[in-house]
Amino acid sequence: MMGDPHLGFIVAAYAVAALTIGAMIAWVVLDSRRLNAELARATQALDGAKGKRQ
Amino acid sequence: MVNLANPTAFVELTRRVLPWLAAATVALFVAGLWLSFAAPPDYQQGETVKIMYLHVPAAWMATFVYAVMTAAALGTLVWRHPLADAAQKAAAPLGAGFTFICLVTGSLWGKPMWGTYWVWDARLTSVLALFIIYLGIIALWRSIEDPGRAAKAAAILTLVGAVDLPIIKFSVDWWNTLHQPASVFRLGGPTIAPSLLIPLIVMALAFTSLFLTLHLMAIENEILRRRIARVTMLAAHEGDRLAPGLAAKGA
Repeated sequence: MMGDPHLGFIVAAYAVAALTIGAMIAWVVLDSRRLNAELARATQALDGAKGKRQ
Repeated sequence: MVNLANPTAFVELTRRVLPWLAAATVALFVAGLWLSFAAPPDYQQGETVKIMYLHVPAAWMATFVYAVMTAAALGTLVWRHPLADAAQKAAAPLGAGFTFICLVTGSLWGKPMWGTYWVWDARLTSVLALFIIYLGIIALWRSIEDPGRAAKAAAILTLVGAVDLPIIKFSVDWWNTLHQPASVFRLGGPTIAPSLLIPLIVMALAFTSLFLTLHLMAIENEILRRRIARVTMLAAHEGDRLAPGLAAKGA
């Protein structure tokens, strides 16, 4: 395969697919981490507000 | 039977299933890539056939994800399933990603095989239209602030865009195209030799497993987004109730 005249096209196709799939995974995983942290902060704020009222 | 309409039950089920699904995705990709690179060269395409192991599964996923979104859009508008809009919203960027891979790998295959990166052929143009529809749906979700209105508008646009699916599928039969006709899902059975077909099927399973894993995670993210909105609203409400009391104390 290394001597194939179209090796550059094959490598480029696999690189683009790997980058796109990597971006899709990163989008989902990073979003999940951010949202979990945000939910923890919001829950803490709610508990704090409830505590002050009591 | 787990009630999948209940977001809490859905998240619980998702958290149990996800590790297995993620492991299956990794195993399928390892097997698929190994089989793809061990497969013999095609008698006409040579080693360039290796691009097909990415292009064809990505093309199948591009239309499959849109079919999932169409079912979810019906779930939103007709059956009013509480998680249908989350499923639809979560699938759109993934569908766009698979369509992008399909278009770029197809273009990289086209240059050495057809002598050009792009032609305004019916199949290529209808897949480009699908990519633009995906981007339109993502933009629509982001541009409408009210989640209920956004879900309805996105569902309607998804149903309108579904007309592109049969056009993509039958474009190679209805018009004279440079793109070859179906060679796997056809009435007479696949026309591809098993040594090339098996890696293709394993890679297609890997792409499907990847989509299922990421889709479940993205739906869970949408459920989290709703919880954050609800908790933030409750905290603001508690603050409002607290404020008159503090004002009275200050007076």
